[in-house]
Amino acid sequence: MRVIEISCVEVWREISNYVDGEVDAELRARMEAHFKVCAHCTAVVDGTKNVVKLVADGVEYELPHGFSQRLYSRIKDK
Amino acid sequence: MVRPGVVVAILAAISESSEFQRADSVKRSMGVPKTHLTAEEAELIQSVCQGDKEAFYGLVRPCERAIYTAAITILGNPQDAEEVAQEAVLKAFSNLAQFRGEAKFSTWLIQITINEARLKLRKDRRHLYDSVDEQGADEEGEYFPKDFADWHDVPSEALHRKELREALKRAIGGLAPIYREVLILRDVQHLSTEETARLLGITGGSVKTRLLRARLQMRDALAPGIDGSWSTGKAVYQKVRPW
Repeated sequence: MRVIEISCVEVWREISNYVDGEVDAELRARMEAHFKVCAHCTAVVDGTKNVVKLVADGVEYELPHGFSQRLYSRIKDK
Repeated sequence: MVRPGVVVAILAAISESSEFQRADSVKRSMGVPKTHLTAEEAELIQSVCQGDKEAFYGLVRPCERAIYTAAITILGNPQDAEEVAQEAVLKAFSNLAQFRGEAKFSTWLIQITINEARLKLRKDRRHLYDSVDEQGADEEGEYFPKDFADWHDVPSEALHRKELREALKRAIGGLAPIYREVLILRDVQHLSTEETARLLGITGGSVKTRLLRARLQMRDALAPGIDGSWSTGKAVYQKVRPW
Protein backbone atom coordinates (compact mmCIF):
# COMPACT_ATOMS: atom_id res chain seq x y z
CA MET A 1 0.00 0.00 0.00
CA ARG A 2 1.47 3.32 -1.00
CA VAL A 3 1.65 5.72 1.90
CA ILE A 4 0.88 9.33 0.96
CA GLU A 5 3.49 11.74 2.26
CA ILE A 6 2.63 14.15 5.04
CA SER A 7 4.22 17.47 5.89
CA CYS A 8 5.86 18.35 9.20
CA VAL A 9 3.11 20.92 9.87
CA GLU A 10 0.43 18.28 9.41
CA VAL A 11 2.35 15.94 11.71
CA TRP A 12 2.63 18.57 14.45
CA ARG A 13 -1.10 19.23 14.17
CA GLU A 14 -1.89 15.58 14.92
CA ILE A 15 0.95 14.69 17.24
CA SER A 16 -1.08 14.89 20.47
CA ASN A 17 -3.85 12.71 18.99
CA TYR A 18 -1.18 10.27 17.76
CA VAL A 19 0.34 9.97 21.24
CA ASP A 20 -3.16 9.27 22.61
CA GLY A 21 -3.77 6.60 19.97
CA GLU A 22 -6.60 8.64 18.47
CA VAL A 23 -5.64 8.80 14.80
CA ASP A 24 -7.01 6.44 12.18
CA ALA A 25 -4.87 3.70 10.70
CA GLU A 26 -4.13 5.58 7.47
CA LEU A 27 -2.96 8.73 9.23
CA ARG A 28 -0.91 6.69 11.69
CA ALA A 29 0.85 4.95 8.80
CA ARG A 30 1.60 8.29 7.12
CA MET A 31 2.94 9.78 10.34
CA GLU A 32 5.10 6.75 11.12
CA ALA A 33 6.55 6.79 7.60
CA HIS A 34 7.35 10.47 8.16
CA PHE A 35 9.05 9.81 11.51
CA LYS A 36 11.43 7.39 9.75
CA VAL A 37 12.80 10.19 7.58
CA CYS A 38 12.38 13.28 9.78
CA ALA A 39 14.57 13.60 12.87
CA HIS A 40 12.89 16.84 14.01
CA CYS A 41 9.39 15.35 14.05
CA THR A 42 10.75 12.24 15.75
CA ALA A 43 12.20 14.51 18.43
CA VAL A 44 8.85 16.28 18.75
CA VAL A 45 6.85 13.07 19.18
CA ASP A 46 9.34 11.61 21.65
CA GLY A 47 9.36 14.87 23.58
CA THR A 48 5.55 14.95 23.64
CA LYS A 49 5.40 11.38 24.94
CA ASN A 50 7.88 12.32 27.65
CA VAL A 51 5.79 15.35 28.62
CA VAL A 52 2.68 13.19 29.00
CA LYS A 53 4.61 10.71 31.16
CA LEU A 54 6.23 13.38 33.31
CA VAL A 55 3.03 15.36 33.85
CA ALA A 56 1.07 12.20 34.75
CA ASP A 57 3.69 10.97 37.21
CA GLY A 58 5.31 14.13 38.45
CA VAL A 59 2.64 16.72 38.96
CA GLU A 60 0.95 16.49 42.27
CA TYR A 61 -0.40 19.34 44.27
CA GLU A 62 -0.05 18.57 47.94
CA LEU A 63 -3.06 19.57 50.00
CA PRO A 64 -2.11 22.35 52.41
CA HIS A 65 -1.55 21.17 55.95
CA GLY A 66 -4.91 21.12 57.76
CA PHE A 67 -6.98 21.40 54.58
CA SER A 68 -9.27 18.51 55.43
CA GLN A 69 -9.91 19.68 58.99
CA ARG A 70 -10.73 23.23 57.88
CA LEU A 71 -13.07 21.95 55.16
CA TYR A 72 -14.81 19.65 57.61
CA SER A 73 -15.27 22.56 60.04
CA ARG A 74 -16.89 24.71 57.38
CA ILE A 75 -19.30 21.94 56.46
CA LYS A 76 -20.18 21.42 60.12
CA ASP A 77 -20.75 25.14 60.62
CA LYS A 78 -22.99 25.47 57.53
CA MET B 1 -31.96 18.89 49.84
CA VAL B 2 -32.43 15.94 47.51
CA ARG B 3 -36.01 14.76 47.26
CA PRO B 4 -35.95 11.58 49.36
CA GLY B 5 -38.17 9.88 46.82
CA VAL B 6 -35.51 10.14 44.11
CA VAL B 7 -32.80 8.72 46.37
CA VAL B 8 -35.03 5.92 47.63
CA ALA B 9 -35.88 5.00 44.05
CA ILE B 10 -32.20 4.93 43.17
CA LEU B 11 -31.29 2.83 46.21
CA ALA B 12 -34.15 0.46 45.57
CA ALA B 13 -33.06 -0.05 42.00
CA ILE B 14 -29.44 -0.64 42.97
CA SER B 15 -30.37 -3.08 45.71
CA GLU B 16 -32.31 -5.21 43.24
CA SER B 17 -29.12 -6.20 41.51
CA SER B 18 -25.42 -5.91 42.04
CA GLU B 19 -25.02 -5.03 38.34
CA PHE B 20 -25.47 -1.41 37.38
CA GLN B 21 -26.78 -2.30 33.91
CA ARG B 22 -29.80 -4.04 35.38
CA ALA B 23 -30.15 -1.25 37.96
CA ASP B 24 -30.10 1.33 35.17
CA SER B 25 -32.82 -0.38 33.14
CA VAL B 26 -35.00 -0.64 36.24
CA LYS B 27 -34.46 3.02 37.03
CA ARG B 28 -35.29 3.98 33.44
CA SER B 29 -38.51 2.02 33.60
CA MET B 30 -39.36 3.89 36.81
CA GLY B 31 -38.73 7.24 35.06
CA VAL B 32 -35.56 7.78 37.10
CA PRO B 33 -32.66 9.01 34.92
CA LYS B 34 -29.53 6.88 34.52
CA THR B 35 -27.26 7.60 37.44
CA HIS B 36 -23.48 7.59 37.83
CA LEU B 37 -23.78 7.36 41.59
CA THR B 38 -22.37 4.38 43.40
CA ALA B 39 -24.55 2.69 45.99
CA GLU B 40 -22.38 4.19 48.73
CA GLU B 41 -22.76 7.72 47.32
CA ALA B 42 -26.53 7.33 47.03
CA GLU B 43 -26.70 6.20 50.65
CA LEU B 44 -24.56 9.13 51.77
CA ILE B 45 -26.82 11.55 49.88
CA GLN B 46 -29.83 10.02 51.58
CA SER B 47 -28.13 10.56 54.95
CA VAL B 48 -27.40 14.18 54.04
CA CYS B 49 -31.10 14.57 53.19
CA GLN B 50 -31.90 13.41 56.67
CA GLY B 51 -29.68 16.15 58.13
CA ASP B 52 -26.37 14.30 58.50
CA LYS B 53 -23.73 16.90 57.54
CA GLU B 54 -20.90 14.51 58.30
CA ALA B 55 -22.23 12.26 55.57
CA PHE B 56 -21.64 15.11 53.13
CA TYR B 57 -17.99 15.23 54.16
CA GLY B 58 -17.88 11.50 53.42
CA LEU B 59 -18.97 12.31 49.88
CA VAL B 60 -16.45 15.10 49.51
CA ARG B 61 -13.35 13.57 51.12
CA PRO B 62 -12.37 11.35 48.16
CA CYS B 63 -12.56 14.44 45.90
CA GLU B 64 -10.42 16.78 48.00
CA ARG B 65 -7.24 16.51 45.98
CA ALA B 66 -9.11 16.73 42.67
CA ILE B 67 -10.96 19.92 43.59
CA TYR B 68 -7.87 21.52 45.12
CA THR B 69 -5.89 20.66 41.98
CA ALA B 70 -8.58 22.16 39.76
CA ALA B 71 -8.64 25.35 41.84
CA ILE B 72 -4.88 25.85 42.10
CA THR B 73 -4.50 25.19 38.37
CA ILE B 74 -6.68 28.20 37.65
CA LEU B 75 -5.73 30.47 40.54
CA GLY B 76 -2.06 29.66 41.02
CA ASN B 77 -1.82 30.15 44.77
CA PRO B 78 -2.65 27.78 47.63
CA GLN B 79 -4.63 30.25 49.78
CA ASP B 80 -7.03 31.23 47.01
CA ALA B 81 -7.30 27.61 45.88
CA GLU B 82 -8.30 26.44 49.37
CA GLU B 83 -10.81 29.26 49.76
CA VAL B 84 -12.40 28.45 46.41
CA ALA B 85 -12.41 24.71 47.13
CA GLN B 86 -14.28 25.37 50.39
CA GLU B 87 -16.78 27.68 48.67
CA ALA B 88 -17.36 25.09 45.95
CA VAL B 89 -18.05 22.38 48.52
CA LEU B 90 -20.49 24.61 50.39
CA LYS B 91 -22.22 25.49 47.13
CA ALA B 92 -22.51 21.80 46.30
CA PHE B 93 -24.03 21.20 49.74
CA SER B 94 -26.62 23.91 49.15
CA ASN B 95 -27.43 22.61 45.68
CA LEU B 96 -27.43 18.89 46.35
CA ALA B 97 -31.16 18.85 45.55
CA GLN B 98 -30.35 19.78 41.95
CA PHE B 99 -27.82 16.95 41.54
CA ARG B 100 -29.54 14.03 39.85
CA GLY B 101 -26.52 11.80 39.33
CA GLU B 102 -26.24 12.30 35.57
CA ALA B 103 -22.50 12.75 36.05
CA LYS B 104 -20.16 11.32 38.65
CA PHE B 105 -20.38 13.22 41.94
CA SER B 106 -16.67 14.06 41.67
CA THR B 107 -17.14 15.46 38.15
CA TRP B 108 -20.04 17.62 39.35
CA LEU B 109 -17.97 18.92 42.26
CA ILE B 110 -14.98 19.67 40.03
CA GLN B 111 -17.33 21.56 37.68
CA ILE B 112 -18.53 23.76 40.53
CA THR B 113 -14.93 24.32 41.64
CA ILE B 114 -13.82 25.38 38.16
CA ASN B 115 -16.74 27.82 37.92
CA GLU B 116 -15.96 29.31 41.33
CA ALA B 117 -12.26 29.61 40.51
CA ARG B 118 -12.95 31.36 37.22
CA LEU B 119 -15.40 33.70 38.96
CA LYS B 120 -12.78 34.62 41.54
CA LEU B 121 -10.16 35.17 38.87
CA ARG B 122 -12.47 37.51 36.97
CA LYS B 123 -13.33 39.43 40.14
CA ASP B 124 -9.68 39.75 41.13
CA ARG B 125 -8.62 40.88 37.67
CA ARG B 126 -11.53 43.20 37.01
CA HIS B 127 -9.11 46.11 36.82
CA LEU B 128 -7.13 44.49 34.01
CA TYR B 129 -8.20 44.76 30.40
CA ASP B 130 -7.08 41.34 29.17
CA SER B 131 -9.66 38.62 29.08
CA VAL B 132 -8.69 36.10 31.71
CA ASP B 133 -9.54 33.12 29.57
CA GLU B 134 -7.78 34.37 26.48
CA GLN B 135 -4.68 35.90 28.03
CA GLY B 136 -1.60 34.80 26.19
CA ALA B 137 -3.47 32.26 24.13
CA ASP B 138 -4.24 32.25 20.47
CA GLU B 139 -5.86 29.08 19.24
CA GLU B 140 -5.81 30.22 15.64
CA GLY B 141 -2.83 29.40 13.46
CA GLU B 142 -0.23 26.71 13.69
CA TYR B 143 2.10 26.13 16.61
CA PHE B 144 5.66 25.40 15.58
CA PRO B 145 7.49 23.24 18.14
CA LYS B 146 11.08 24.27 18.76
CA ASP B 147 13.96 22.34 17.32
CA PHE B 148 15.54 20.31 20.11
CA ALA B 149 17.57 17.17 19.92
CA ASP B 150 15.67 14.08 20.81
CA TRP B 151 15.15 13.55 24.54
CA HIS B 152 16.42 10.34 25.85
CA ASP B 153 13.61 8.69 27.74
CA VAL B 154 13.19 10.48 31.01
CA PRO B 155 12.57 7.77 33.51
CA SER B 156 10.02 8.44 36.18
CA GLU B 157 12.77 7.74 38.72
CA ALA B 158 14.15 11.14 37.72
CA LEU B 159 11.07 12.68 39.28
CA HIS B 160 12.66 12.35 42.68
CA ARG B 161 14.83 15.19 41.58
CA LYS B 162 13.37 18.28 43.17
CA GLU B 163 14.52 20.48 40.33
CA LEU B 164 12.59 18.41 37.79
CA ARG B 165 9.38 18.60 39.79
CA GLU B 166 9.84 22.35 40.20
CA ALA B 167 10.60 22.75 36.50
CA LEU B 168 7.38 20.90 35.74
CA LYS B 169 5.33 23.20 37.96
CA ARG B 170 7.02 26.29 36.52
CA ALA B 171 6.33 25.09 33.00
CA ILE B 172 2.68 24.46 33.84
CA GLY B 173 2.43 27.85 35.51
CA GLY B 174 3.77 29.44 32.33
CA LEU B 175 0.97 28.10 30.19
CA ALA B 176 -1.99 30.27 29.27
CA PRO B 177 -4.93 29.42 31.57
CA ILE B 178 -7.01 27.80 28.82
CA TYR B 179 -4.13 25.40 28.05
CA ARG B 180 -3.24 24.78 31.67
CA GLU B 181 -6.83 23.77 32.55
CA VAL B 182 -7.00 21.18 29.79
CA LEU B 183 -3.54 19.76 30.53
CA ILE B 184 -4.35 19.27 34.22
CA LEU B 185 -7.78 17.74 33.61
CA ARG B 186 -6.54 15.40 30.85
CA ASP B 187 -2.99 14.50 31.83
CA VAL B 188 -3.03 14.89 35.64
CA GLN B 189 -6.61 14.06 36.56
CA HIS B 190 -6.96 11.64 33.59
CA LEU B 191 -10.42 12.78 32.60
CA SER B 192 -11.59 11.85 29.11
CA THR B 193 -11.88 14.37 26.28
CA GLU B 194 -15.65 14.28 26.67
CA GLU B 195 -15.58 14.84 30.45
CA THR B 196 -13.05 17.65 30.04
CA ALA B 197 -15.18 19.29 27.33
CA ARG B 198 -18.26 19.12 29.55
CA LEU B 199 -16.43 20.53 32.59
CA LEU B 200 -14.97 23.45 30.68
CA GLY B 201 -18.01 24.15 28.51
CA ILE B 202 -16.10 23.70 25.25
CA THR B 203 -16.17 21.25 22.35
CA GLY B 204 -14.15 18.06 22.19
CA GLY B 205 -12.27 19.57 19.24
CA SER B 206 -11.24 22.56 21.37
CA VAL B 207 -10.06 20.21 24.12
CA LYS B 208 -7.82 18.41 21.64
CA THR B 209 -6.46 21.64 20.12
CA ARG B 210 -5.71 23.14 23.53
CA LEU B 211 -4.13 19.90 24.74
CA LEU B 212 -1.87 19.83 21.69
CA ARG B 213 -0.73 23.39 22.35
CA ALA B 214 -0.24 22.69 26.06
CA ARG B 215 1.86 19.58 25.46
CA LEU B 216 4.04 21.19 22.77
CA GLN B 217 4.61 24.28 24.91
CA MET B 218 5.50 22.06 27.86
CA ARG B 219 8.00 20.25 25.69
CA ASP B 220 9.50 23.53 24.56
CA ALA B 221 9.74 24.70 28.16
CA LEU B 222 11.22 21.48 29.55
CA ALA B 223 13.48 20.15 26.81
CA PRO B 224 16.34 22.59 27.34
CA GLY B 225 16.73 21.41 30.90
CA ILE B 226 16.47 17.68 30.39
CA ASP B 227 20.26 17.48 30.47
CA GLY B 228 20.03 18.76 34.03
CA SER B 229 20.51 22.41 33.21
CA TRP B 230 17.36 23.67 34.96
CA SER B 231 19.46 24.41 37.99
CA THR B 232 22.36 25.88 36.04
CA GLY B 233 20.11 27.91 33.75
CA LYS B 234 22.09 26.98 30.68
CA ALA B 235 20.56 28.54 27.59
CA VAL B 236 22.51 26.44 25.10
CA TYR B 237 20.82 23.28 23.90
CA GLN B 238 21.45 20.77 21.22
CA LYS B 239 19.43 21.11 18.05
CA VAL B 240 18.47 18.49 15.53
CA ARG B 241 18.77 20.57 12.41
CA PRO B 242 22.30 21.74 11.62
CA TRP B 243 21.19 25.22 10.52
